[in-house]
Amino acid sequence: MDAVAFVHEQLTGKKEYPTFKAGDNITVNYKIIEGNKERIQSFKGDVLKRQGRGYTASFTVRKISDGVGVERLFPLYSPNIDSITLNKAGSVRRAKLFYLRDRQGKSARIKEKKQIHHTAKA
Amino acid sequence: MTSIFEPNGKQTACTIIEAGPCVVTQKKTVDTDGYNSLQIAFGDAKEKNTPQALINHFAKASTTPKSVVKEIRNCSIDKNVGESITCEIFTEGEKVSVIGTTKGKGFQGVVRRHGFSGVGEATHGQHDRQRAPGSVGGSSYPSRVFKGMRMAGRMGADRVKIKALRVVKVFPDTNYILISGSVPGHNGSIVLIQN
Repeated sequence: MDAVAFVHEQLTGKKEYPTFKAGDNITVNYKIIEGNKERIQSFKGDVLKRQGRGYTASFTVRKISDGVGVERLFPLYSPNIDSITLNKAGSVRRAKLFYLRDRQGKSARIKEKKQIHHTAKA
Repeated sequence: MTSIFEPNGKQTACTIIEAGPCVVTQKKTVDTDGYNSLQIAFGDAKEKNTPQALINHFAKASTTPKSVVKEIRNCSIDKNVGESITCEIFTEGEKVSVIGTTKGKGFQGVVRRHGFSGVGEATHGQHDRQRAPGSVGGSSYPSRVFKGMRMAGRMGADRVKIKALRVVKVFPDTNYILISGSVPGHNGSIVLIQN
């Protein structure tokens, strides 16, 4: 095994996050350390991209806050991420949704992915 | 390179180095050689590509042919011939220096090689002067260019020592260590770690 893969495997702890991809709406609860106090803040928005593999993978979340677009990049294996919840699975045709930056309002919406329900055959 | 999360949550860029095992192949002392040093060898080499003299030299230390042999003067590590030095000599948090050969950059101009600013501007009637070296000295006196004048030329492939890098993590099973920041050389190049 090559060195980078080995080190990544050693460092990567257990992650209990739901699988999500670009276009999904997620909430990231991350820890903020203020002096000695630690509190959890949540950031809810659409996933713009997932980047990288292994231990150094990261993802970008975009939300509109008070009419201003805000993007935040999180390292996936950061110990400061408390939890991630998947709110809505989006239906998109690209892996990187940078086109959302040029859009606002109705055209910046992402269609929700239709859930396929498998019914048991009689 | 990769990165690691520190206990405070900060992400630090790291280089993975395979630090050993280095076999001690010869021990030189003041009595026998006039100075103290430790000769260590690292990396496997094919026997067919190794001269017979070296094969026998390695056989004295009862080891297989190695690709890199390096002598370290006044080494503080006390090991006998045939014993190997592993990454366990490093402790996490310790400061080390890394010596290596930087990547070759080829023939480069003075802007890249020596950080010159170039001469002139893009407009105002000038052209082709933006990356020029400028004057290299006087005219009739001294009638020559001083030695050591910084000019364009071959850049890189120099022996460089990077000091005060931190050992972030040690993996004793595989002899991998993580060192904060970058080290000289391309991927897979050989470096010397000093502490």
